Formats: sequence, structure tokens, C-alpha cells
Amino acid sequence: MFKSEAASWFRIYEMFKFESFHMYGIIGSALAIGIIIVQSIKRFNIKSFYGEKILFNPKNKSFSRYMIGGIIFGLGWALAGACPGPMFTLIGAGFIPILVVIATSVMGTFLYGLLKNKLPH
Amino acid sequence: MNWIYEPWPWYVSGPMIAFIMLLLIMVGKNFGMSANLRTMCTICGAGNKTDFFNFDWKSQKWNLVVVIGAVIGGFIASNYLTTDFAVLINQDTVTDLKALGFESAGEAYLPIELYSTNALLDIKNLSVLAIGGLLVGFGTRYAGGCTSGHAISGLSDLQIPSLIAVIGFFIGGLLMIHFIFPLIF
Repeated sequence: MFKSEAASWFRIYEMFKFESFHMYGIIGSALAIGIIIVQSIKRFNIKSFYGEKILFNPKNKSFSRYMIGGIIFGLGWALAGACPGPMFTLIGAGFIPILVVIATSVMGTFLYGLLKNKLPH
Repeated sequence: MNWIYEPWPWYVSGPMIAFIMLLLIMVGKNFGMSANLRTMCTICGAGNKTDFFNFDWKSQKWNLVVVIGAVIGGFIASNYLTTDFAVLINQDTVTDLKALGFESAGEAYLPIELYSTNALLDIKNLSVLAIGGLLVGFGTRYAGGCTSGHAISGLSDLQIPSLIAVIGFFIGGLLMIHFIFPLIF
């Protein structure tokens, strides 16, 4: 994450400006290989290392929660320039202010938990 | 071996991400970082407040190990594997960011205007980070996943909900950068 600069605020900004292929290359190549992996596991019924059947949980069918939640996430992603994986990479890299982002995203998740039943899903 | 000190190209890191997902699937887990934020709520005692956090967080310990791995990875990469921290973004992007007041564009890893320890003393910068974090944490749980859970894991499984979420991520990101940034910076 750090070495590919996917943890850089600048790269996220540049991605949303469509001014570089870099982030699209990372997500796109991960996804292309990911599709091959998941579809092969399903087709050839590949077992896990422990010999168990691998289950993929289909997500609940709905529109509003994914769209509204997605937009809220996107707003924060562009503003803070970090999503929940790279956030932790940045602690290791010694950026103290990222702790504010992590603490508030835990609070944001908590807030969702409190309001869950009142929100459209 | 000099390449290791340079920024890694997308065709190295993209496949590495897919490989991490493969490893997690093969040990019977799934790749999704934002679930850890929920786990952290539960560890802090949020289970007493609402059922959403009332689950056995120990079942998610493996995912916290992934988090610790990310922290260690960031430490090693920044301390031992990087000589020049400047992120060489597109020159047009640099010009844009300088016009918004981000003088460190093209010269640093993160904007020093937001992510230097001094920037924390400024109430506006602090609010930007705090609001950004709140939106990420709230949005990711509402949408049921983040970049790893939806854009990588969900789309790899050809899930329509993940496609909707990823479209949402982009609508949000584009709104922020094109319409809200000019208002706040």
C-alpha cells in the first residue's frame, strides 16, 4: 500500500481528477485477477487449505444502502485521502494526524450502529 | 535492487492485493478492512449500547492481525524501503493543488498542510481530518464495505450491490473534489 502510493492523499485526489492511470491500474489489475480467482474457486469447487468448502456470502439485495452509504464513504475518502486499509499503513509510516482519522472513523462506525434502525436500507 | 526503493508500479501492487485476497479466501476468511472499525467499537464496549456491536469480537481477531500487518508494512516501507518520499503526480494535478493552497503537492507523500503534526494545531485542518474520518467510518458500514470489501472482494464475486457501492464511492469522491474542495480550500 505504501510503496504503491495507494496510501497517498495525492494519489486519491489525482484519481478523482482522472489525471493518472495509476490508481485505476492498481484497482483494475487487482480486480481482474480477483475475478479469475473467485470464479475459478466456484467453478472448480476449490477447497480451502483446511479442506473446507469456500463460501461466498452474497450481499443483501438493496439499492439505497449501497448508494447512500457509498456516497458518504466517497466524500470521506476524497477528503481524508485514506480508506480503511491504508489508514493503518500510515500509522506505521509515522503520520501522527492519521490517528485523528482512525479515531473518528471508529466513531463514525459507532454512529452508524446507533442509527442503523432509523436509516433506509 | 534499486527498484525496491522506487515507487512500485500498479502492475506490481494490484496483483499483490489480489494475492492477499486469495490467501485470506484460502484460509476461509474474507478480505475487508472496514470490518475492523466495527470490531474496535465492540472492543471499546459499544455492544452495551446497541446490538449491532454485540458480537464475539474474538472471531475477528484474524482481521486485526491483518491491521497490525498493515501498520508493520507501512513502518518497513517508509523507514527502510523509501529514499524519496515525493509522490510524482500529474503536473496538471500539482498546478491545481497549488492553486488550492497545497504547496507540498508533488514534493511530499501526504500534504504537509493536512498531515504534518503542526497542522493538528489548526482547527480547520483538524476538522477536515475529523469530518473525513467520520464520513469514512459511517459510510463504509452503511454501505457494508469499503474499497477492499466492495471494489475488490465484492466485485470479484460479481456482486451487483458492490457495483452500486463502488459507483457511490465515485459519486461521493467526485462531488467532494470538484464541488466541495473549492468551497473549503
